[in-house]
Amino acid sequence: MENELKVPTMAELFAAGQQPEVLFWVGCAGSFDDRAKKITKAFVKILSKANVSFAVLGTEESCTGDPAKRAGNEFLFQMQAVTNIEVLNAYEIKKVVTACPHCFNTLKNEYPGLGGNYEVVHHTQFLKQLLEEGRISVEGGQFKGKKITFHDPCYLGRANNVYEAPRDLIRKLDAELVEMKNCKKRGLCCGAGGAQMFKEPEKGNKDINIERTEQALETQPDIIAAGCPFCNTMLTDGVKNKEKESSVAVMDIAELIAMAEDL
Amino acid sequence: MDYIPNIIFAIILFAGIGFFARNVKKLSRNIKLGKEVDTSDNKSQRWNNMFRIALGQTKMVVRPIPGILHIIVYLGFIIINIEVLEIIIDGLFGTHRIFSFFGGFYSFLIGSFEILALLVIVAVVIFWIRRNVIKLRRFLNPEMSGWPKKDGNLILYIELVLMVLFLTMNASDYQLQQMDAAHYTKAGAFPISQFIVPLFQEMSMSAIIMIERSAWWLHIVGILLFLNYLYYSKHLHILLAFPNTYFGKLKPKGQFENLEAVTKEVRLMMDPGADSFAAPDENAPIPEKFGASDVMDLKWVQLLNAYTCTECGRCTSECPASQTGKKLSPRKIMMDTRDRLEEVGKNIDINKGEFVPDGKQLLGDYISHEELWACTSCNACVEACPVSIDPLSIIMDMRQYLVMEQSAAPSDLNNMMGNIENNGAPWPFNQMDRLNWSKES
Repeated sequence: MENELKVPTMAELFAAGQQPEVLFWVGCAGSFDDRAKKITKAFVKILSKANVSFAVLGTEESCTGDPAKRAGNEFLFQMQAVTNIEVLNAYEIKKVVTACPHCFNTLKNEYPGLGGNYEVVHHTQFLKQLLEEGRISVEGGQFKGKKITFHDPCYLGRANNVYEAPRDLIRKLDAELVEMKNCKKRGLCCGAGGAQMFKEPEKGNKDINIERTEQALETQPDIIAAGCPFCNTMLTDGVKNKEKESSVAVMDIAELIAMAEDL
Repeated sequence: MDYIPNIIFAIILFAGIGFFARNVKKLSRNIKLGKEVDTSDNKSQRWNNMFRIALGQTKMVVRPIPGILHIIVYLGFIIINIEVLEIIIDGLFGTHRIFSFFGGFYSFLIGSFEILALLVIVAVVIFWIRRNVIKLRRFLNPEMSGWPKKDGNLILYIELVLMVLFLTMNASDYQLQQMDAAHYTKAGAFPISQFIVPLFQEMSMSAIIMIERSAWWLHIVGILLFLNYLYYSKHLHILLAFPNTYFGKLKPKGQFENLEAVTKEVRLMMDPGADSFAAPDENAPIPEKFGASDVMDLKWVQLLNAYTCTECGRCTSECPASQTGKKLSPRKIMMDTRDRLEEVGKNIDINKGEFVPDGKQLLGDYISHEELWACTSCNACVEACPVSIDPLSIIMDMRQYLVMEQSAAPSDLNNMMGNIENNGAPWPFNQMDRLNWSKES
């Protein structure tokens, strides 16, 4: 297939005696979820365009253990962590980039205590750096006059104080960045964190993603930008619930950059 | 005979302080029921946090209206307490306005205290209106009915009365100064209380002295009573906010601790050399309980958190679960932890220093499973707390107990965990298919 992506695995590079600049940690959502796979592909296209030497673990990658840990299963989390660390250390990984804030948080903060020490960056931080280094350039033309609001993923924002990288990228698109009333430190959760993604919510009077979608729609955006595959799912569902899917798109920052680059 | 007031004063003062010290001891014993945690790291950052967050009130002003009002009350109470020092010296030694020799500076001080006292009265009245007339949502959650609501109002009443007594004391003193009454040194400036003076103008000197003395005594007795009320109320934050911000979490909010007891077991399981059929060592210590089901399973900093909470409810009003009508309220998690800890403390008092199991625990009797499972671990509550309380850590510790000790996770989560265990993903996809996306167009 002509549009098949070139995605080197660590195993291939290792066999060829090469070490990539960065390991792209795809994550479970990025590997299996149909919506999130599009984000993965968009990010890979940008990496290729920028000539970043990267690799993925492919079939050697496994869940970081984040949802297990937040659900209270420390055993399962540490089993996953120790297994993943063995793989990562065997490949002498130094730098990891991921498009999932949950993987990002776990790899960055919780793996070092178990023997896994890597420089871990979120894909929005990585993209911002590529832009600053002139390795990619963004033509914002098609976003001109569009309103974009950014939903802060809890595990990127509050959990790790990354608020500006995604916003800096949106500003580069020539779009109007509009903030929700609850943003940055006070951003409302999409409702998926803490393993909620995998269970029915407790009884209440509203679903959290609906509440958050309403806040996003109040800004009358053309695009709701997200930086997390789970937030993306929750907000996409919210927009559908509000029957706004024809006028409002929920997109990952990587997809916006890829679009701007016409990839 | 002249010394009788001084002796009475000394007795009241030392009784007030002594009783308070006894409660502080109890408080400290209860907090120490929690598990050890090393907080000796990053001293300079800890001091910095304390100065910024507790002393500097930086997180209070995230919500500007209550933030500024709170700063007024906070500054008022700290600064006006310089006056208490004078009252104590006067009370013990029978002097009157001992600091008046400062002259102009003294007038400046008293004048500033009066303006602050008026501002405190205004702030307290607005606070009362917010609680009882405007009825802000965060003061109406179910956990705020009954005692917590009364407690909140009572504190406002006490503060109001103390300020009114302070101004009455000054006004009557000012009038007596103008009447050249004996002992009433001409000192101080009375920018606010001068407006109360006309009330006294028709009265005899002895009646005004009665009023002045009553206000003076009630003011200091009131302060001592308030000091002792702290332990029984949510108001301990005026003291505990300082240690609490010092001992607060320094790591990124998303970083949850890795349980060491689990690490040991995992290493053993992953060790190919370990003999999995070995007979258990009879002398091996009882394995540590995973997670928390009662207050003794929590760390002492978490218990300090519970006593520090002043039930402002900023956590709950920022909580996505609470906002959407779920049962979870991070404030209630803290209140429940404190109430259970108090119950355990009383149990220890009655049973001569030993806790006798009472068939109750924090989990179930205070905090329900439903509350714990409603949390999205988003850290909004932690971010919102103006004094660095971490309700999320208690929720997570209790989830650990539910899952690892009781296998009591919701069935959806059991499925998710089963998938991770079997396929390395929370969904039932084969690990061998992880790279399929690269081949799909």
